[in-house]
Amino acid sequence: MKTPLVTSGRLGAVAMILAAAWALFIVPSGGDMTLILSGSIYCAFGILALSLALIWGFGGILSFGQTAFFGIGGYAYAVLALNIGNTTTAALLAILVAAAMAAAIGYFMFWGRLGDVYLGVITLVLSLILYRFINQTSGSEWKIGKAPLGGFNGIPSTPILNDLDGNPLWPEDIYVLCVVALILSYILCRLLLATYFGRVVVALRENELRAELLGYDTRLYKLGVFSIAGGLAGLAGVLFANCVFVSPNMFSLTTSSQLLVWVIVGGLGTLAGPVMACFLLLAFSAWLGTLNAGVWLDPNLVMGLVLTLFVLVLPKGILPLMRSGCDRALAAFRRPAPAAEPGEAMIGEEAR
Amino acid sequence: MDYVAIILLQTAISIANLVLISAGLAVIFGMMRVINFAHGEFLMLGGYTAVIATQHGVPLLVSCFILAPVLVGLVGLVVEYLVIRHLYGRLLDTMLASWGVSLILIGLVTVAFGNSVSGISTPFGSLSIGRFSIGFYELFLVAVTLVMVIAGYLVMRYSRVGLIARATMQDRDMAASLGVNQRAVYRATFVTGAALSGLAGALIAPIAGVVPTIGASYLAKCFITVISGGPAIIAGTLSASGLLGGVGGIMTFLATPVLAEVALLAAAVVLLRVLPQGITSKFFRRSQ
Amino acid sequence: MKDLQRRHFLGLGAAGILATPFLARPAFAATDKIQVAGIHDASGGIDIYGRPMINCLNLAVDKLNAAGGVLGREIELVNYDPQSNMQLYAQYATEAATRQKAAVVFGGILSASREAMRPVLDRYRTLYFYSLLYEGGVCDRNTFCMGSTPGQTLEKFTPYVMQKFGGKKVYVLAADYNYGQITALWIEKFVKENGGEVVRADFFPLDVNDFGSTIRQIQAAQPDIIMSVLVGGAHNAFYRQWVASGMKDKIPMASTTFGIGNEQVLTTPDEHNGIIVSYAYFDGIQTPENEAFKAEYYAKFGDKADAITEGGAMTYHAVNLWAKAVEMAGTIEREPVIEALESGLSFAGPAGLTTINAQTHHNTLDSYIAEVRDNNYVVLESFAQQPPSDTLAVCDLKVNPTDATQYVVEVPK
Repeated sequence: MKTPLVTSGRLGAVAMILAAAWALFIVPSGGDMTLILSGSIYCAFGILALSLALIWGFGGILSFGQTAFFGIGGYAYAVLALNIGNTTTAALLAILVAAAMAAAIGYFMFWGRLGDVYLGVITLVLSLILYRFINQTSGSEWKIGKAPLGGFNGIPSTPILNDLDGNPLWPEDIYVLCVVALILSYILCRLLLATYFGRVVVALRENELRAELLGYDTRLYKLGVFSIAGGLAGLAGVLFANCVFVSPNMFSLTTSSQLLVWVIVGGLGTLAGPVMACFLLLAFSAWLGTLNAGVWLDPNLVMGLVLTLFVLVLPKGILPLMRSGCDRALAAFRRPAPAAEPGEAMIGEEAR
Repeated sequence: MDYVAIILLQTAISIANLVLISAGLAVIFGMMRVINFAHGEFLMLGGYTAVIATQHGVPLLVSCFILAPVLVGLVGLVVEYLVIRHLYGRLLDTMLASWGVSLILIGLVTVAFGNSVSGISTPFGSLSIGRFSIGFYELFLVAVTLVMVIAGYLVMRYSRVGLIARATMQDRDMAASLGVNQRAVYRATFVTGAALSGLAGALIAPIAGVVPTIGASYLAKCFITVISGGPAIIAGTLSASGLLGGVGGIMTFLATPVLAEVALLAAAVVLLRVLPQGITSKFFRRSQ
Repeated sequence: MKDLQRRHFLGLGAAGILATPFLARPAFAATDKIQVAGIHDASGGIDIYGRPMINCLNLAVDKLNAAGGVLGREIELVNYDPQSNMQLYAQYATEAATRQKAAVVFGGILSASREAMRPVLDRYRTLYFYSLLYEGGVCDRNTFCMGSTPGQTLEKFTPYVMQKFGGKKVYVLAADYNYGQITALWIEKFVKENGGEVVRADFFPLDVNDFGSTIRQIQAAQPDIIMSVLVGGAHNAFYRQWVASGMKDKIPMASTTFGIGNEQVLTTPDEHNGIIVSYAYFDGIQTPENEAFKAEYYAKFGDKADAITEGGAMTYHAVNLWAKAVEMAGTIEREPVIEALESGLSFAGPAGLTTINAQTHHNTLDSYIAEVRDNNYVVLESFAQQPPSDTLAVCDLKVNPTDATQYVVEVPK
């Protein structure tokens, strides 16, 4: 049976390419600095959303504390850049530090064969404790090399990435960097899932026992994907550090809960969904702040309602819903042709 | 001499505190194997009930021992009815939804009372030991915790409710096939856990005060205690609180409260590597 | 075909939604109103500091508009609420500067929020006023700091307290962040200068609410005076636990922070009576200007409005100083307005006379010492025209106009 020309998957891909082209080529020339700064921050968070979407949606590992690696990446970057001066090296090392930290925590969790519930709690507690630890480092005794950790205030002097001549990048350049990083991270995740490794990871999510009986060392695969996601979260942290600066807020419960909401609203088992939800919800909360609605639109209340309602009513999230709606509409349009098959870009969706 | 006495007392207080604030979470975890992320907010609601009722002229002990558990128990019932019961058997979804509930409760309380309300004074005066003095109320909390633990033990050991609870904890399918109504057990568990948290939150409110986000400051401690303790409700909470509260209490004196918490986490992660199901999976296995 | 087009449209949804903020850019710049932005937390954990500041900002702008605006033009104030989130501070500062094209931004509460906005507003050359008391040291030509700094209050406050309570041994309890750490150093300096010693300084992260072990440490150290630099809702628990341990009348207490978050309303008289504090503004100041200001404030926001804090009063001063500078310069352009402000402009308002110090862009202001009694302040003493001595020691914008850093003021030991 021939795959029809227009499928929801292809439409989605076209939409993504158009959005990426718009973000890369049209936005910077518009010169709207507000859009450029917000865009940079949103892309950094988008990568963070990708990292959780990867391990939760495809690896079945629900980390409640993915922000731990986000914060570690940011802080490692700030500390290294202040000490060694070369920001590019610092950025690359910071990503490695975050991945190594994820590997270390992953070792304890996967080799201890902790169940889902324990795993969730350990990761959450990790980010909580890091938050409280970093929060109490404002004293002058808390210094790593030349970098004061700054405690509650964070490190406002976080260096900006340099260009080849050693001058800090302009906000417009940071913006392009963030967009490119998001696109590359997305492609990386896609490619990863298409490899042998990626397919084993998805198999683990489907049935860990069966995968193990088939001879796969599940702990190793979980550790692998968890470390990669840790590195991605670290990259997000580095970029965020370049947009604002590092502060303990990166580890906070608010950030953790936002992240969970993005993934579950966007669609578990998809990659584009969480990124989309991340953009929408961040723009939404920025808009809330300009309303002067006072206490009635409390951000916690809104976020909590969204999270609970999605878990109860729409646990699959928006993107799968949009896809199936789109497919149904396409099928109706093509009638009496046979129902559309999922396109290539939907590996995750069909595995779900 | 008085220094040693005061350190011992302070350690006893921190252990008792840990038992008190973790009890509600432990009940829900022991019976349902679910970590209730809204636990901190149940504590917070208990605290608000106590503070607001007392400010409106209700005697403190009445608002702590009656109003707070009843009210928070009711909140637990509503949450169970609206959210939790739809997710039975889906452990992770239950946890996610309870996280949502926790955010909603923080939001609602903020909308209703703002981010800060005035506190209530700690009652009962103080006891002098040499150079030191310590509030009687803190010692009273230790006594209340002791009574609570003993009462819990007696209920679990000798009552029909306790029998059903123990049966469910040991083998839920067998218990169900012997005619125990699982749904009813879960609902009762959730409400009991909420009520216990309400009581605990109310009892600590005259010391700690209340803010909408106060739950987060207890969360790490409670989670570590309960998962380190493992599935046995009473023995698990007691052994973990004893170990962690003892270490934490002493570390607080030697270093700072935050570093003590960092040490606790490290200890718990290593402990779980050795005993993935908590202390009571290896020791005190026949206990409740 | 119609169907297909609609589907294309659906598929493009993501791009379309991303484009909305771009398309929705309002054309503010063309109007004749003067754009002004306020960026303060109205929600989230530190809204209690923000609300009185927002009220005073609204009040000041409304009064100016009622009197015919500035340069005959109406002021349009846009308030942004960063929800106690640092990243939103950076976003809103950018939005205020580039999209709203504000002539001036008033805002920032915690030092972290100021540091998030300051580089942004520097980059887009938008004048910035920060009105809360803070640890001192900001040296930036584009930024005017209105609040009091440790050098202005503590220098007089520390000897006053030591003399009043007849004590030499001071125990410091401070919030564990930048402000608390630096303030603790200043306290140590002034205590030493007056022949005393700081027996111990303890620092607490902002969410700590269990002070049991600390109170035992204090009992072991037996100090003569407690100096509290505790901040925020959770730290209020200290005052309660202090009383519960029976310490209330045994060791007297002074504070550099009690009341900036309206602690005097949130604790009971048992807990706060007798605490000595020092700021550049108290609502208990009895001057005609302050009485009139308070009357207007409560008439506008109701009797239950948040009590006016130093941050609120200084926001009111800031708006008026800016307006005066604009009238003097005859334009809202940044450079002439900065020059006008640097000409030693002053404003007499609820907090007395405040004068811009050209060298540091801080305020020379009156500082007061007061005692907390029954949810209110009784002013005990006032010190006229205190210069920002701490920042003056490290900062000279006349010599280095391109400076844009926050110096960590080295406290001489």
